[in-house]
Amino acid sequence: MQRSKGRPRGGGAGQESWVEPLDGHDPVPAEATGQLRYDDPWYDALASGWGESAGDGAQGPAVVPSARTEGGAGAAAADVYLEVQRSAAFQEVRRRYRRFVVPAFVAFFAWYVGYVVAATTVPDLMARPVAGAVNVAMAAGLGQFLSTFLLTWAYARHARLRRDRAALELRWDTQELTRGMNGGTS
Amino acid sequence: MTEEHQTLALLLFSAFVAVTLGITTWVSRNRRGSAEEFYAGGRLFSPMENGFAIAGDYMSAASFLGVTGLIALFGYDGLLYVVGFLVAWLVVLFLVAELVRNCGRFTMADVVAARMRERPVRIAAGTSSVTVSVLYLVAQMVGAGSLVALLLGGTSDAARDWTVIGVGALMVIYVSLGGMRATTWIQIVKAVLLLGGTIVLTALVLVRFHGDVDRLLLTAAERSGHGAAFLAPGLKYGGDWTARFDFISLGLALVLGTAGLPHILSRFYTVPTARAARRSVVWAVGLIGGFYLMTIVLGFGAAAILGPDAVRGSNAAGNTAVPLLALDLGGGAGSTGGTVLFAIVAAVAFATILAVVAGITLASSASVAHDLYASLRRRGGKPRSEVAVARLAAVGVGVVAIALGLLARDLNVAFLVGLAFAVAASANLPVLLYSLFWRGFTTRGAVWAVYGGLIPAVVLVVLSPVVSGSPDSLFPGVDLHYFPLQNPGLVSIPLGFLAGWLGTVTSTEVPDEAKHAETEVRSLTGAGAA
Repeated sequence: MQRSKGRPRGGGAGQESWVEPLDGHDPVPAEATGQLRYDDPWYDALASGWGESAGDGAQGPAVVPSARTEGGAGAAAADVYLEVQRSAAFQEVRRRYRRFVVPAFVAFFAWYVGYVVAATTVPDLMARPVAGAVNVAMAAGLGQFLSTFLLTWAYARHARLRRDRAALELRWDTQELTRGMNGGTS
Repeated sequence: MTEEHQTLALLLFSAFVAVTLGITTWVSRNRRGSAEEFYAGGRLFSPMENGFAIAGDYMSAASFLGVTGLIALFGYDGLLYVVGFLVAWLVVLFLVAELVRNCGRFTMADVVAARMRERPVRIAAGTSSVTVSVLYLVAQMVGAGSLVALLLGGTSDAARDWTVIGVGALMVIYVSLGGMRATTWIQIVKAVLLLGGTIVLTALVLVRFHGDVDRLLLTAAERSGHGAAFLAPGLKYGGDWTARFDFISLGLALVLGTAGLPHILSRFYTVPTARAARRSVVWAVGLIGGFYLMTIVLGFGAAAILGPDAVRGSNAAGNTAVPLLALDLGGGAGSTGGTVLFAIVAAVAFATILAVVAGITLASSASVAHDLYASLRRRGGKPRSEVAVARLAAVGVGVVAIALGLLARDLNVAFLVGLAFAVAASANLPVLLYSLFWRGFTTRGAVWAVYGGLIPAVVLVVLSPVVSGSPDSLFPGVDLHYFPLQNPGLVSIPLGFLAGWLGTVTSTEVPDEAKHAETEVRSLTGAGAA
């Protein structure tokens, strides 16, 4: 993490640099093992209808010459993130995330606030019986449980099928690039 | 309560304490003493383990004792708490869990500080995290106190105080010796025990009514003395407009607060990837949702079987409804079944309190050591010291929580938790969302967002009827009561967001495009995640 933040190692600035030695391992093996123990992201990514290579835009910064000074390394790593952020692959991942999360958030939040406001302002309506002892308020409360379960399932499924694979490719590409940057200086 | 109750409950509880202390020593035998180990348990828990641990962290005494008590006393209005507690997980799942896992290392401040000047941001976020944690801790301590008061006959104040002190001491031992790994296993054990106990009680309630939920509800309504009104909103929050706004305020705080609770956020760092964080939330939603559905049955069951008068007679706030219900379901006072069930439920509730308290203490000690101490200390100290500071901080937090827990012992637990949620939603959520999603957010905006939510929330609580001016207040003798609502969320949450926006637009600092790009790329892809 330290390296990918573009901070000069051993530069002494920021307290994170003195935190890091506590982790007890060198960052390079840490990153390598991090990938080894990664959950296998492929097995459930079959339905992703997203064929293009993730790297089109992200290939660019690979040719940025590694800077000689430590400050230069920081700047170069920052460029990597800017470059990745502008890449079509990343924008696609971000768009998919937002396209699900924004409408879903608005929907459940409005439904919840509506429920709370209705419970306080129109208790008569909420007390209207539906079936047996169950009234509108009970039904709405159980409806909140149901919608929460459904949205949780839908979000997990959407993320698994539509985002995970692309995000993982971007992660690897980005880490490759930042490693190249830092490797050139230290 | 009789001798056997006490002995059996104490035996079971001692067994739990022995097991958890065993876990603590066993887990910490080969401890490396690194920060990664202490705060995040080595980040190698599986989604299922973490899901149980999240559920264990979240299903607190407030839910088990407080909410069931509120349902037993006020019917439907208690149920509104449960809905808020559950729906809140959608906010966590959609906006927070994965992104925070990808961007941070140990605390919420990590996420914000990555984009800003570290020192002021860490101090602000650390302060608000500790405040939220202490409020939440007090709620758990009060729960422990009222449980013991019930066990020992309800009159012994000394016993109650000693319990609060004992719980505090135990949590300090768990946390400072075992760190996140021990805390997580304690949460998992507790979650299993609590779910098991709740399933048994729910089954017994349903058997009592021959599986007829309709009749359960009708009986509850009838015995409550309110008739059909018991099953509709309005008994507790339906009076004047103050009460109604109070309820809307509480509803907002519950749904937005969970995503700002430090002990919930720190749980996401215990799994290796964002994907694992997401899957642990899915597990947690399933477990927590099931648990809350059962607490609804237990609450109405307590109203139907015991009647609100018996519940209120034992503890005015309703915190002891579930143990009393267990006593009755097992065959009533004096029977073996009743004694055993009562003892089991009391022990499970204790275990719940201990585990939750350990989780919060760990999170707040992380905030103290990783954010506050790291920013306030002189530069150039020895790196070894951070974990040592965290262990010490656990002791300090424990002492503060014990002191406040002794003060606040007559308030309803669920209500106290509502306050903690309000502060979390006002101080922590705005800054977290802004730094994850707003390109132009600046350091001043971050600092203002935290204090702009934290200070109004705390001040409004101090000026509210909770603290003074009404017979049920903390200090009934004084009158500082200028703010009508018990829960500050309705005012302080928008203020937190507003202050963050205002601080950003008035600051001269140019937002760092590259840092924003880094946060955005890392949060969505996991590149460079710790």
